[in-house]
Amino acid sequence: MSEMSAMNRKIIQNLAETFSRQVKHFDKTETECLIRLFNGLLGDQSDRRAGNGLDRGKFRNILHKTFGMTDDMIMDRVFHAFDKDNDSYVSVKEWIEGLSVFLRGTLDEKIKYCFDVYDLNGDGHISREEMFHMLKNSLIRQPTEEDPDEGIKDLVEIALKKMDHDHDGRLSSVDFEKAVREENLLLEAFGTCLPDAKSILAFEQHAFQDPHEI
Amino acid sequence: YEFSNGCRTPPWRQVHGEICYLIIEPCDTEPLYITCSTAGVYLNGGITQDGEEKDYERKSDVFKDLDFAVQEEPTSTQKTEHVESVDAEEQGQTRRSYELQEKNVLEKARQQRVQNKPGGRKKSEPSLKWKNLGLASPYESVEDKKPKSHGVNNKAAEKQDKPLRKTTAGGHGAEDFSESSSESEEDEEQPERRPENNTDLPSEYWQIQKLVKYLKGGNQPATIIALCSMRDFNLGQETCQLAIRDVGGLEVLINLLDTEEVKCKIGSLKILKEISRNSQIRRAIADLGGLQTMVKILDSPDKELKCLAAETIANVAKFRRGRRTVRQHGGIKRLVELLDCVPDSATLTEEQERDVEVARCGALALWSCSKSTRNKEAIRKAGGIPLLARLLKSPHENMLIPVVGTLQECASETEGMIEDLVKNLSCDNQELQMHCASAIFKCAEDKSTRDLVRQFGGLKPLVILLKETENKQLLAATTGAIWKCSISMENVVKFQEYKALETLVSLLTRQPEEVLVNVVGALGECAQNPANRAVIRKWGGIEPLVDLLTGTNQALLVNVTKAIGACATETENMAIIDQLDGVRLLWSLLKNPNPDADDRLRRHLAEAIARCCMWGSNKVSFGEAGAVAPLVRYLRSKDALLLLAMMGSTDDVLQEAAAGCVANIRRLALANEKARYG
Repeated sequence: MSEMSAMNRKIIQNLAETFSRQVKHFDKTETECLIRLFNGLLGDQSDRRAGNGLDRGKFRNILHKTFGMTDDMIMDRVFHAFDKDNDSYVSVKEWIEGLSVFLRGTLDEKIKYCFDVYDLNGDGHISREEMFHMLKNSLIRQPTEEDPDEGIKDLVEIALKKMDHDHDGRLSSVDFEKAVREENLLLEAFGTCLPDAKSILAFEQHAFQDPHEI
Repeated sequence: YEFSNGCRTPPWRQVHGEICYLIIEPCDTEPLYITCSTAGVYLNGGITQDGEEKDYERKSDVFKDLDFAVQEEPTSTQKTEHVESVDAEEQGQTRRSYELQEKNVLEKARQQRVQNKPGGRKKSEPSLKWKNLGLASPYESVEDKKPKSHGVNNKAAEKQDKPLRKTTAGGHGAEDFSESSSESEEDEEQPERRPENNTDLPSEYWQIQKLVKYLKGGNQPATIIALCSMRDFNLGQETCQLAIRDVGGLEVLINLLDTEEVKCKIGSLKILKEISRNSQIRRAIADLGGLQTMVKILDSPDKELKCLAAETIANVAKFRRGRRTVRQHGGIKRLVELLDCVPDSATLTEEQERDVEVARCGALALWSCSKSTRNKEAIRKAGGIPLLARLLKSPHENMLIPVVGTLQECASETEGMIEDLVKNLSCDNQELQMHCASAIFKCAEDKSTRDLVRQFGGLKPLVILLKETENKQLLAATTGAIWKCSISMENVVKFQEYKALETLVSLLTRQPEEVLVNVVGALGECAQNPANRAVIRKWGGIEPLVDLLTGTNQALLVNVTKAIGACATETENMAIIDQLDGVRLLWSLLKNPNPDADDRLRRHLAEAIARCCMWGSNKVSFGEAGAVAPLVRYLRSKDALLLLAMMGSTDDVLQEAAAGCVANIRRLALANEKARYG
């Protein structure tokens, strides 16, 4: 067993070496910790499918338990943002790369990430319909309101007015970037897809606590 | 255009008592051109066809209010749809103004209409109509503004609030409309006309109300969108600020501060920071417990949040109760903690730069708070002074101004800041220079400060600042600093190297009292040096000093008598003093003590008189000037008794001065006798 763990340790170290060079915000030690964490989350190593990575369910579990996210649709989109090769699994590489932005991204990186999350059909634009879809449940329904969607539609129009710089009725990535640079608060205008400071702190403290313990 | 007195008429019409002009366009008759004036309301001659000329002439009788004026028009009804005020400048154009007079005038008219029920008149619809035209807007605070000469103001003002509350609750102007039970054709007409009547102001109001609704019922993304949108309004404009308040926006914004969501807090504070520049909004925020919440936010690790909270506190704490609240909830200590940073290293990391920004915001807040005495103490107790002194090393003016401002309020000791204060006397920013000079003024009672100011080369810049005669605040601070620094003779010598005396003498005329007190104070100290007494005379300083004896400002009088007393020891000065009747003035000040006159003044007076009397011992001058007589007359008069009484005073110095005075007068009298009879 110790032989296996010794071998594992070597593999992990090598992986960490490779990944930390590709990723901006984690050093080798931190990458190692994240890999171990990943392995732990995968659960039973002998499960063949585990070789592919974290599936949607496990990943959303993490988002919910560790980062306090509750919006199903957004969590789905976060999974999509992590799962770059679109194989419905988050591999260890995708895990490291995703967390680098998720936890420590620069504004630029976060802008790209959020745009990715919000561009539901991946066509390079956030359309009115997509915005409506994401904001659908963002207002408490008043009992006296005849048309509860009216408020949502209004919010969508307000958002468009504020952010649609080229006036084509939808947000391109350029529109979105410009808007967020002008007003940082708009980064998560269509849904909370990044963790708050508290969760980040808690996660990092837990993940990076004891790097050399198996 | 609204002039500072609230009138919208050009000045040449204001003298006739005119306040503003209105055009009332009733549905069924010609437009009425009306002048609102201090005498009442009346029809004027209107505007000519091409909109160029206004005929200001009164064409009708003067009526007490609008209602009557309109009534008189034979064919008019109260069904007016359109009220515009004509700006005197832009005669061809109409501009909607919701300015106090006309609101009240119209409000009163509305009231009248509702009350008037004689036959043929319709009932409440017109009132709704007025309301929905957005005229009954509460934007300007009716309570705070003093009523202008138009008599109806006050009464109308009280009624102002109610109609709007109703509208608020109802939510939508259109709904009120459709509910009003008027004759059918009116109903049909109104909705179509409404779009025309919607102007910027009412639509802003409705939009803000809508946004507040989203804030109340939205999750974080929706809240953020609404907050960002709200910031696009001109939050510096009072109408917007009060609109936010009136639709319950302040409660919502403050509630957002209590949530866990950092972005919502930031967005909310960005708005609160802007609107809290308005004094009513400040009070409202304090009333709603906003200050306590903001103080709590100072504990947050998020630096942007700390900055915004401190900046908002800086605005809200601009009134006494606000300052007290900050202290009562532990705000002072937390604000002082924000000051801890290193402001002047050559290269700052991004994190350090953020810390500097946090410190700047903390200093702003402390500056506002430091206007209260208890807060000054609290700042000192919390160790604020050394931290503020360290911040003086910053190269940034927007940091230095609040720091020096606060120091000025709080510091009674130097604690190593003199060097920095002196350095900033030479900076380019007059406000900063003023604060530094003020701080020196306050601290230089203390000898070590006076020495430090000299050692750090502070005396020359102070003299240089004397030429900024336009900026009276700066001048007062500079002359004050020079005054107190002059208490040390070494400084006086240095000042004279820079020709300070000449400049000070030139400031003895045409300056406000707060400058004069200091100028004369400085001269008085300088005149302790014998050489300077002649300088003062040579530059024509004696006459203005004697002139100032006729004033009533006690602080000024104290300094003047001290200065004159010092100067009077020189014979030539004394001659001038006496020529100008200076001695008599001194006596009369002594004789007729102002109830506020303190011992200090009397002491200086006695000393001055004593000195004047010493002059008389110069025999040659006796004869020449022939001025003995008045002095001897003084002796004989009952006024001498006053001196005797002062000799019995418990104030040693006063005693001595009085005694000295009597002694001198006596000597003078003896010498006089001798001179006359050989």
